[in-house]
Amino acid sequence: MRVSIQQHDFDVAAEFAALRAKQRQIGALVSFVGLVRDFNGDEQIQKLTLEHYPGMSEKALSNILDQAHARWGLLASRVIHRVGTLLPSEQIVFVATAATHRAVAFAACEFIIDYLKTDAPFWKKEHTPHGETWLETKTIDVNRAARWQSSEEPTCR
Amino acid sequence: MKILLLYFGRPGENLKIKREFADVPDSATTLADLLAWLRLRGDNWEHELIDGRIRCAINKEFAVWSAKINERDEVAIFSPISGG
Repeated sequence: MRVSIQQHDFDVAAEFAALRAKQRQIGALVSFVGLVRDFNGDEQIQKLTLEHYPGMSEKALSNILDQAHARWGLLASRVIHRVGTLLPSEQIVFVATAATHRAVAFAACEFIIDYLKTDAPFWKKEHTPHGETWLETKTIDVNRAARWQSSEEPTCR
Repeated sequence: MKILLLYFGRPGENLKIKREFADVPDSATTLADLLAWLRLRGDNWEHELIDGRIRCAINKEFAVWSAKINERDEVAIFSPISGG
């Protein structure tokens, strides 16, 4: 199972152990964990509500992992995205990549989280003392994803 | 033409609807036509379903405004995504 969308929390150590157990050629394991911040600009964040499009979100994440595997020849990968209500400092998302060497694992991990931000149908709503706001795609995230298509892409072969 | 419509994010909340089976006129052949037809519902619909405020998917794939819609398609309408 490479993709999970779930309400409950995840255990990074358990996920690492599961990935290590898959293949003995793995020489590098890289992960990213996204957390709920307690601020956005000057606004205090009390909690987030995360929604997704069941059926499409799993498909979009699998597609992103397929692209990463094809491009970097990963040995294994894993994405977990939580949905529901999350409080500051809680874990939202986990991305892990396993490869023979670190350069590939680093690049692929960054590629996956960059594309998740622009291609996977999830929505965050911020709850603040002044009300609720649905967040939208940030230009910086669009630009980060786009640079993987440019000639100056970080390549690690 | 029967189309399953799903709403997520801001439109889902502001339009107070998550899913519906809509009987769309056959004259609506593209996603842009469908949205124009939905905007005729007025009020929030006019305000929410504006290019730049929404993105759409047809049968779980992101779609452009000129994409064709067909009988029994699943069309999702949502605010720009913000996961991760």
